[in-house]
Amino acid sequence: MFLAFFLALRAAGVKVSLREFLTLQEAMQAGLADYDVDHFYYLARATWVKDERFLDKFDRVFAESFKGILQPQPVAPDGVPVQEIPEEWLRKLVEKNLTPEEKAEIEAMGGFEKLMETLRQRLAEQKGRHQGGNKWIGTAGTSPFGAYGYNPEGVRIGQESGRNRSAVKVWDQRSFKNLAGDVELGTRNMKVALRRLRRFAREGAADELDLSGTITSTARNAGYLDLKMVPERHNAVKILLLLDIGGSMDDHIALSEQLFTAAGSEFKHLKHLYFHNCPYEMLWKDARMRGQDAVATSDVLNTYDHTWKLVFVGDAAMSPYEIMQPGGGISSWNAESGQTWLTRIIAAYPKAVWLNPVGEQHWNYTQSTRMIRALMEERMYGLTLEGLDAAMRRLMH
Amino acid sequence: MRFEGTDTFVATDDLKVAVNAAVALQRPLLIKGEPGTGKTVLAQEIATALGKPLISWHVKSTTKAQQGLYEYDAVSRLRDSQLGDARVHDIANYIIRGKLWDAFDAENAPVLLIDEIDKADIEFPNDLLLELDRMEFFVYETRQTIKAKQRPIIIITSNNEKELPDAFLRRCFFHYIKFPDRETMQRIVDVHYPGISNLLLREALTSFFELREVPGLKKRPSTSEFLDWLKLLLAEEIGPELLRERNTAKLIPPLHGALLKNEQDVHLFERLAFLNRRGTS
Repeated sequence: MFLAFFLALRAAGVKVSLREFLTLQEAMQAGLADYDVDHFYYLARATWVKDERFLDKFDRVFAESFKGILQPQPVAPDGVPVQEIPEEWLRKLVEKNLTPEEKAEIEAMGGFEKLMETLRQRLAEQKGRHQGGNKWIGTAGTSPFGAYGYNPEGVRIGQESGRNRSAVKVWDQRSFKNLAGDVELGTRNMKVALRRLRRFAREGAADELDLSGTITSTARNAGYLDLKMVPERHNAVKILLLLDIGGSMDDHIALSEQLFTAAGSEFKHLKHLYFHNCPYEMLWKDARMRGQDAVATSDVLNTYDHTWKLVFVGDAAMSPYEIMQPGGGISSWNAESGQTWLTRIIAAYPKAVWLNPVGEQHWNYTQSTRMIRALMEERMYGLTLEGLDAAMRRLMH
Repeated sequence: MRFEGTDTFVATDDLKVAVNAAVALQRPLLIKGEPGTGKTVLAQEIATALGKPLISWHVKSTTKAQQGLYEYDAVSRLRDSQLGDARVHDIANYIIRGKLWDAFDAENAPVLLIDEIDKADIEFPNDLLLELDRMEFFVYETRQTIKAKQRPIIIITSNNEKELPDAFLRRCFFHYIKFPDRETMQRIVDVHYPGISNLLLREALTSFFELREVPGLKKRPSTSEFLDWLKLLLAEEIGPELLRERNTAKLIPPLHGALLKNEQDVHLFERLAFLNRRGTS
């Protein structure tokens, strides 16, 4: 049973080792799970999951593995829960949540009885879970009933907290979903991603005198001078960032720009330039791409040598002609094709990656994406935590 | 010996299970979570709840693993030898004990907090593997082995600045403190400000959770900031009506300085409020 769960987790990509498997057995033997399924779930989670990115996967596998064993609440054939909602319970709910003044207000609005009557009707009419809208009971709506709504006179139908939750619910909520590694970058996730950049920014070696180390080792050496050297901690990484702008990139550009501007403090040398869909003979210093901000691509290639690391950010979605044909570019006439320019740029920078904010599963459906990916020698990564991590490893590698 | 939360700390069920597992099986417990969700406070509370002393080791970017065990003060020995001090003949005089040594040596097994382990060098956790596993280490200078009299309860916190090595993680229990939901938050407030007006709390909670949901915030306010804000609201005697009024008219809650710690976030709110006013007029 546990073994099947263990194997399913490993198959899903959660790295659980034999040692952790044995730790869980040990914990079970020590009676830590209390023969309670919630506690077992918590215990297994604390023992086997060591990174919040895997919590969501764990929840899913847990639900899958124990689905047959843990029955949900009994449900009548027509789909309405068997339990009736007793009047007392509703009343208690209101007493718990409303102040005397508010109750008076409700009285004025047509009376408590009427409100409760409507609530009971709605509860009976409504079959499934509901979100939004202005009539049904659910979350985030404007109806007087439901949770987290905006109607101050509303009745909040609270979830019973803690112990009385039905068994499957805790992990079926999937509350760690937005911590998973393959979702797109959010504000929080971005911070973590930046730290990845920092790790790679701290590397790079040079030698300098370690003063305190020299003193210590000289002292240790009974006063004879013993010089110590340490690698320099300063940041030697130089990043040249080329951002696709306009059209389909509008949704993503703020995100990607934010990401690297924030990284600006980490990199002593961060240069960013813009292009539209595909880089040709001109690049722009400003996102508005006006004439006076243009710089020749060949100048860029000559100014920044091969020690710079090149990062493209773009969705690589365009007409194939924009890559293949001279004159195919949509913003200006290009004498040489995008393909020629891309090959030239990539040849100038051996360390280059392409970050694509579009989900990886869609790449194969766009011809231009496939072409650029081939031109980049498969060095295209999604703009997600995992993608960014892989891209940074590739850059340092 | 079970941890059930304390008068001043609300522990969720999953946290209790993780803490009790770590205590019972004598393994370190690694705690992660958003800033301000009580990672560091947890160790203090466990110590209080179980009646044990707390030893905290705050890790910085320059901290070395060795400093937690012991340090050999070679410079004072050099100086003493120049001055002809008799102490110089016993090397043990120059061994300075670290936090881990203190924890191993205590009669009553203490709670050892290793705070913000991710701040240190990337090799730091690896250097402590054996010491945390076997709870013993060897002092080369004096040729003695220091063994834990009783295995201390070890709580480690991390802010995710660096990834921790797998070998280290395999030896720990792990718990991610997720941001408290409304229910839990209410319990937390009850613990800190008993007797707060129900109505005010409800409005404040609504404002707070709405504020956290605003997309594009650079730093979302945390539990500790919410508690500070409540304190301010109480001190300024701001009533629930004022809080509710902003739902329709203004977007920035009163005294927002306690919640928004970043001028870009405040600008964002001002812009939203401006758009909102234009939309309604």
